[in-house]
Amino acid sequence: MPIISRGFHGRERDARHKLPPGQYETAGFPVLSAGPTPRVDLDEWEFTIRTETGDRHIWNWAELMALPSQTPTVDLHCVTKWSKFDTEWQGVSLDVLFEDVETGAEYALVHSYGDYTTNLPLEDLLDGQAWIAYRFDGEELDPEHGGPARLLVPHLYFWKSAKWVRGIQLLDEDERGFWENVGYHNYGDPWREQRYQGD
Amino acid sequence: MARAAVPRRLGGRLRWKPARLTDRRVESQVARTLVFEVPDWPGHLAGQHVDVRLTAEDGYSTQRSYSLASAADGEHVELTVQRVDDGEVSPYLTEDLAVGDVVELRGPVGGWFVWRPEQKEPILLVGGGSGLVPLMAMIRMRRAVGSRTPFRLVYSVRSPEHQLFVSELRLDDPGLDKTYLYSRSTPPQWPRPPGRFTASDLSSAGWPPDFEPTCYVCGSTGFVETAAGLLVALGHHPARIRTERFGPSQ
Repeated sequence: MPIISRGFHGRERDARHKLPPGQYETAGFPVLSAGPTPRVDLDEWEFTIRTETGDRHIWNWAELMALPSQTPTVDLHCVTKWSKFDTEWQGVSLDVLFEDVETGAEYALVHSYGDYTTNLPLEDLLDGQAWIAYRFDGEELDPEHGGPARLLVPHLYFWKSAKWVRGIQLLDEDERGFWENVGYHNYGDPWREQRYQGD
Repeated sequence: MARAAVPRRLGGRLRWKPARLTDRRVESQVARTLVFEVPDWPGHLAGQHVDVRLTAEDGYSTQRSYSLASAADGEHVELTVQRVDDGEVSPYLTEDLAVGDVVELRGPVGGWFVWRPEQKEPILLVGGGSGLVPLMAMIRMRRAVGSRTPFRLVYSVRSPEHQLFVSELRLDDPGLDKTYLYSRSTPPQWPRPPGRFTASDLSSAGWPPDFEPTCYVCGSTGFVETAAGLLVALGHHPARIRTERFGPSQ
């Protein structure tokens, strides 16, 4: 039984949207990251999928731009408690990038410029659930928010949507990423409130 | 001597625990320190945070994260909370919560934006506004364990009225150098005119990059972007700059 906080009423709730447990809605777009914002030159930008056998599939910026894109509208849920509804993105579905990738791996370790990493099961990146996103709200993606391109996996807490994404390493064995190594949950489903290890 | 144990009991950390307010202190015009008694508190590292859960009578409940302000000290936990005028939780915590009231809390959480007494390198703390709170936990932990690791604090704040932990930071703390930068208004006869902090402020009050300090930067998003960017431009390696962004999500 939760303890009632005497005299606490909370803010008027917006019934249009359903919040995962423990979350509150924000209209802003908070920024969170573990270190300075990397500035990545488009001329040097590359995205690599490396399979468990060492095969590499590499796209430069022009090649990424030439791929068919989608414009998903999704809800974001950050482990720090904010949720933001109906955000509009443009990006390339991971299904497109994985079309020619042969793999039997079950796990993905995502790498970023600036050395951030995060892990998730490969199946969570496929079937229309994830994008390499490069536009937000009709504009180029701001470096603070992960530009030039970030992973977007809206069904998991937002730290899985790695900013400044540079590649995905496919693995037979799961390997923890940056926040997963310092106590955050390995999977991170907001609806099951998987914030920290043991949740 | 304060206890500085590293928390190990994962299960205990994750359980929501009742936390009873035992004292409150005015820190600035808009900030209050809340002292809670938390039975079976496992201890914490300087820089870690807790989740606080409030539940209304109709069952509505909401959570926020707050940095721990105190060094680990038995079952006492201190949070320093700055009121956000249109906030949902901080006005309640800073104005309404009375001594004897109970909230729910879980933690400690976080293993990145932390200072451990075993670290031997010089430390640069760069705080903006209420971003001083986790840095203060590091300063207090350093004192509590008798560490002689050299610390430098660069604290940027709007005005003297917004400054946190004023009297405590006025005390002599050997090996801790403090630099205050005011962005809107200064104390009387202050040598530096009010204004945003610059690369030269950070270069004169911080450490040279070749000393390889670890830099902890905490404040609003704009503050952290600027400060971390200036540190990189001054030659500090990005891997030695840890950031935490603070405050309302607007």
